Amino acid sequence: MSTELENKITVRDLKLWYGDFEALHGINLDIYSGKITAFIGPSGCGKSTFLRTLNRMNDRIPSCRIEGTVLLGEQDIYAPEVDVVQLRTHVGMVFQKPNPFPKSIYENIAYAPRIHGLVDDGPDMDELVETALRKASIWDEVKDKLQQPGTALSGGQQQRLCIARTIAVQPDVILMDEPCSALDPIATAKIEELMDELKQDYTIVIVTHNMQQAARVSDYTAYFYLGDLIEFGETSTIFTAPNKQETEDYITGRFG
Amino acid sequence: MPEHTIKRFEDELTLLKEKVLSMGGLVEKAIRRAINALTEQNTKKARKVIERDKAINALEVEIDNMTRSLLALRQPAASDLRLVIATIKIVTDLERIGDLAENIAESMLQTDEHPLNHTDSLQDLADRAIAQVQDALDAFARNDVDKAMQVISADHKINRAFKSMQRENLTYMLEDPRQISAGLIASNIGKNIERIGDHAVNVAEMVIYMVRGHDIRHVDHETAAALLNGELDE
Repeated sequence: MSTELENKITVRDLKLWYGDFEALHGINLDIYSGKITAFIGPSGCGKSTFLRTLNRMNDRIPSCRIEGTVLLGEQDIYAPEVDVVQLRTHVGMVFQKPNPFPKSIYENIAYAPRIHGLVDDGPDMDELVETALRKASIWDEVKDKLQQPGTALSGGQQQRLCIARTIAVQPDVILMDEPCSALDPIATAKIEELMDELKQDYTIVIVTHNMQQAARVSDYTAYFYLGDLIEFGETSTIFTAPNKQETEDYITGRFG
Repeated sequence: MPEHTIKRFEDELTLLKEKVLSMGGLVEKAIRRAINALTEQNTKKARKVIERDKAINALEVEIDNMTRSLLALRQPAASDLRLVIATIKIVTDLERIGDLAENIAESMLQTDEHPLNHTDSLQDLADRAIAQVQDALDAFARNDVDKAMQVISADHKINRAFKSMQRENLTYMLEDPRQISAGLIASNIGKNIERIGDHAVNVAEMVIYMVRGHDIRHVDHETAAALLNGELDE
């Protein structure tokens, strides 16, 4: 199994400060191509902060300072020549609360490909919209109402719409920051099923507070605590026989 | 290890372990009583073993119910998961040991017509098997990997004692064909005791899985030791 693993993202000695506060203490982590990697850990452990370094979402926080390297393939994403907007088409993100644009379902998908000049409006765009919605397993539910507002959909549908929107610009990596925490169990199951399909084409990184979700969906799990990466390994190992006592205590609910 | 944030979960796991140990206690007593019934020619004791097997079976069912609801309701992970899995397996072995003790007691009841004249070797074999069961349960109670390994490596001694008991038994039968019926019963009882030893080994293997997360079943002793010393990946 380990023979064909290829790094999609390689993180070395990544440190991050908010002002004087060091929130990440030198993280080293490989994110494997075509796999789902889950970040788990208690609130404030740095997992979301770390996730956001992977597409430079922290750039917008003025007091935030970063050291170390994050390679997407071979490219250092913090190199001066990197265009952050372009970067985010390669590394897309899905958030905790579904956040469709206040536009039609069709426009939610078409907007980014149009401004990035990927596809012109017309039949090509129609096809791209359909493909993205199909890949996000929501096409059958919305195909007859593409001109209705995206915000009129249910929470679970909105989240799949947001995933479709991310897919529309053909990213390599999809970051998901607690994508199911606002959803009911059935909508959650649909997203989890979708993730399993998406990993054929994309590398997925998910932050989740729901350990069972991490266990269900991911191939690899990273446990963070107080700004350190405590343990990283195959999910089946982490959840049956972790190496570190700290991981064990957290996984089994003996924490705090 | 720190306690669970959810106190009731902690209590349930503690209770589960206690139940396994009390089932182990009953099983141990059953073997002892069965072999005493045999050496003392005490049919009352033998009947008691058969009667008491129901309590062992009832505990098996009760523990299975507990593990089922722990899995469904608590979704245990890591060492908790391994405790639950080990329990499911260990309980099956304990129940089988109970059945074997019952078999011994039933064989004893047949000896009315064919009294066993030579029970020393069976007694010796049974002492070894009881010690193995005790040690395996002790290892379970204390999460003691070393003791579990001792149980596994001591099994060949029981096998050797069983073989020599069989050889001795055969000599008696050859010497005096009137002893053949009794000899066959003795042979059968010896086999049952030897099987008890095998079940003790299974329990010990699950203790190692429970404590360390390594599955050392069906691997040779060197590989098992290397796994436990962290020299090998699974």
